[in-house]
Amino acid sequence: MTSVYDQYEIVIGLEIHAQLTTKSKLFSGSSTEFGADPNTQTCPVDLGMPGVLPVLNTAAVDAAIKTGLALRAEVNKESVFARKNYFYPDLPKGYQISQFDKPIIGKGTLTIDLEDGTSRDIGVTRLHLEEDAGKSVHDFGADNVSHVDLNRAGIPLMEIVSEPDMRTPEEAGAYVRKMRAIVRFLGVCDGNMEQGSMRCDANVSVRKKGTTEFGTRTETKNLNSARNIQRAIAYEAMRQIDILEEGGEIVQETRLWDAQKNVTRSMRGKENAHDYRYFPCPDLLPVRFDDARIERNKQEMPELPDALKERFMNDYGLSAYDASVLSSSRATSDYYDAVVEGGKRDAKIAANWIMVELFGALNKQGKDIEESPVSPENMGKMLDLIADGTISGKIAKTVFEEMFDNGKDPEAVVEEKGLKQISDEGAIEKIIDDIIAANPKQVEQIKNGNDKLIGWFVGQTMQATKGKANPGIVNKLLNTKLRS
Amino acid sequence: MSLITLGLKEAATKLKNKEISAVELTKATLDRIDERNGTINAYNVVCHDVAMKMAEESDKRIASGNAGLIEGVPIGMKDLFCTKGVSTTASSKILSNFVPPYESTVSGKLWNAGGVMMGKTNLDEFAMGSSNETSFTGKVLNPWDTTLTPGGSSGGSSAAVADFMCAGATGTDTGGSIRQPASFTGIVGIKPTYGRCSRYGIVAFASSLDQAGAMTRNVEDAALMLRAMSGHDPLDSTSASNPVEAWDETLNDFDPKGLKIGLPKEYFIEGLDPNIRKAVDDAVKRFTDAGAEVKEISLPHTKYAVPTYYIIAPAEAASNLSRYDGMRFGYRAEGENLAQTYSNSRSEGFGWEVKRRIMVGNYTLSSGYYDAYYIKAQKVRALIAQDFANAYKEVDVIFTPTAPSTAFKLGDKISDPIQMYLNDVFTVATSLAGLPGISVPAGLVEGLPVGLQIIGQAFGEEKLLQVAQAHEKMCGFQMRAPNATATAA
Repeated sequence: MTSVYDQYEIVIGLEIHAQLTTKSKLFSGSSTEFGADPNTQTCPVDLGMPGVLPVLNTAAVDAAIKTGLALRAEVNKESVFARKNYFYPDLPKGYQISQFDKPIIGKGTLTIDLEDGTSRDIGVTRLHLEEDAGKSVHDFGADNVSHVDLNRAGIPLMEIVSEPDMRTPEEAGAYVRKMRAIVRFLGVCDGNMEQGSMRCDANVSVRKKGTTEFGTRTETKNLNSARNIQRAIAYEAMRQIDILEEGGEIVQETRLWDAQKNVTRSMRGKENAHDYRYFPCPDLLPVRFDDARIERNKQEMPELPDALKERFMNDYGLSAYDASVLSSSRATSDYYDAVVEGGKRDAKIAANWIMVELFGALNKQGKDIEESPVSPENMGKMLDLIADGTISGKIAKTVFEEMFDNGKDPEAVVEEKGLKQISDEGAIEKIIDDIIAANPKQVEQIKNGNDKLIGWFVGQTMQATKGKANPGIVNKLLNTKLRS
Repeated sequence: MSLITLGLKEAATKLKNKEISAVELTKATLDRIDERNGTINAYNVVCHDVAMKMAEESDKRIASGNAGLIEGVPIGMKDLFCTKGVSTTASSKILSNFVPPYESTVSGKLWNAGGVMMGKTNLDEFAMGSSNETSFTGKVLNPWDTTLTPGGSSGGSSAAVADFMCAGATGTDTGGSIRQPASFTGIVGIKPTYGRCSRYGIVAFASSLDQAGAMTRNVEDAALMLRAMSGHDPLDSTSASNPVEAWDETLNDFDPKGLKIGLPKEYFIEGLDPNIRKAVDDAVKRFTDAGAEVKEISLPHTKYAVPTYYIIAPAEAASNLSRYDGMRFGYRAEGENLAQTYSNSRSEGFGWEVKRRIMVGNYTLSSGYYDAYYIKAQKVRALIAQDFANAYKEVDVIFTPTAPSTAFKLGDKISDPIQMYLNDVFTVATSLAGLPGISVPAGLVEGLPVGLQIIGQAFGEEKLLQVAQAHEKMCGFQMRAPNATATAA
């Protein structure tokens, strides 16, 4: 039985606000550092005092150019800053300096990687630069006052608008994760969604499968993690389908995601939409640059996730999924590259160790790969010890645990704990002979055809050597001695 | 010797030569202000202590041989320039309590050059007006005849210069606010090319038009003062990087012979006061007698200049004035809630003319009207600029009247905004095109001064000032005496 929800298709477009990592604000010299005391990182320009003027921070322009190049987008050599006029106490000038009809970056594409290893291209409509507003803190207690912190006022943001190209909440999640990976690779945004350096609004509508017309959309604000984005879109799509199924109509409006209650709530309707009275900001000249500036930014760009993924697949034979996981952040791909050392080590085994053991251990402690106690050098050395037979794959797990807990060198762990594999055939043979002699009943059963008991002898041998006996030699000797 | 009648350059020279001291000159000027300001109301604030301290420091620098370009000279600062630690009101109630923690670039340059601040001069509220009657601090009277307006918006500055309450004063000109008051008070007022002077720290009216300039009693003083004010400023993205020249030193390196003067036919239409027409014609004749050529030119889009200006300027003003919301500085009138606090603060803080322009500006920017008004006005503005560019293929400078009349009666036009706006008819086109313009006295009509406007080419201040200087020499205009009483017919 198919659910009524399956008869609908969700149409999703995302707007991402990414805070740039520039040291100073978009139009003033004030610091952008996070967490300072309220209103300590301001100057007359940020405060909107009379007569002061904005001066464009060119580092923000370079950040936008790089992001535009990473999105394979049109880089507009002439763009215009415009004023978006509205009143609010955390907007000191009574207008926000943004870009309107002439953004710095035009149409582009973002390739998203899905769980099943497939990829999809999502259109990017535009990217523009704008300044952030301040922060209002409402105190509805006894004093019933509101406070305004203007430290954030004027911090540079990139607003990146997608085409309505996504069809599932998972695709939206993948889009945000990929965008986050790209801005972090470029170093233009720290991608920290919890601290608000990356924020997302989702435009969602639904339509019957097979139809081509867009339904009425809503815009949901306040989405601060990839997980919340997926949950909010899923909720919003179901809410809209329920309304349509009951014969209702969708109201075009702005909604707010409530992460505690897992619902979206109406914030303001279309009739309350602002008329922002955009016009070109007369205090700033159009932003103009030449091809050389674009070329310089291109030269400064690192290898990006898509290129890395392709390289990992082509050079190392990784699956699409493994390659996209290992290229999802600069730190991860750097780690992986350092372990593999250009193919010196087995790339698939290295990928397995990193994705299973290392990620598992890091996740348990809530750590990022940057904080890994196991350095890529030590991880590499450990893989070498497995490859040259010094330790078995099984012992390696013990070695890894010790390395992870104490940050030790794998050779030192092997030495200290006496974990070195015994590959001396004579020594192993002597142990095996003792075990055979002590267990005549089991030997007899094997002779009568119970092959499974060979495994029992392997176990006994490993127990006697505390797991250090080379399993290949053990198997070979036991097979020779017990089957002939 | 009367100290207060000394021109800016003359005073600077005497000070440098230690014939007079900055302290005595400042004292004499402050005495003059104390005697006259109660009547004329040219100054919103008189800076007795600051001025005396600055004068003492000027004398020290002169003594140590480190005199600046205008060392020790008394300057009036239009109350639109932010002055660190000194009240800056834009003659508006909404900024009546505002003391900037920063200095405007232009005022800072003047102080660095040795200028001594006498005080902050009165203006139309936020520089919106042509008669200095919209000021929250009261109207300014014309020293030639106290029943007349000194012009606006830089009416405090024009009156202060014409009444010897400073040697020079700053003005700002958005559509004629330096040139028209200069014309009404018999002084020289130059609005340089847009971008010559930094706008940083000047309370903004219409950003794409606002430009600071100098108001003095002769051309040489204007050249020197403008030199001290000009130059590229990294704090103003629209300021120009063109080098500042020693305009005061090259004034006389010029011969009118061969100069091509353009007379735009659209400015000399029927209905123009024949006396004003005659003043311009006389000036032109003196030039042609000296060998200049004169040519009738056409600036075909002239008739659209005033409406274009009154769309663009209010649009920018509406946005620029949004920051006066009672939240962080300035006048605040509490309400029951946020919207009411905004509404009360702005309703009580702004005067009628300012409110009118905010409403017009927000209307022309609003969705549905933006293309028909603002975008169209910008296109016309480009055509107006093109008119001038075409004209300058044939002529070197353009002569026009500065204003359609001599100073008019206080109260005559204040209740009729259209009549008031039409006062800008000869000056706004230059502002829209960003070109430099200067008003120089061209004689008296019925005992009142009339100004000749000379319009130059972009960044052609040198030629413009040279032509103005030649005119001044040939015209022989006599400035009124400090003790002259009203002489209007």
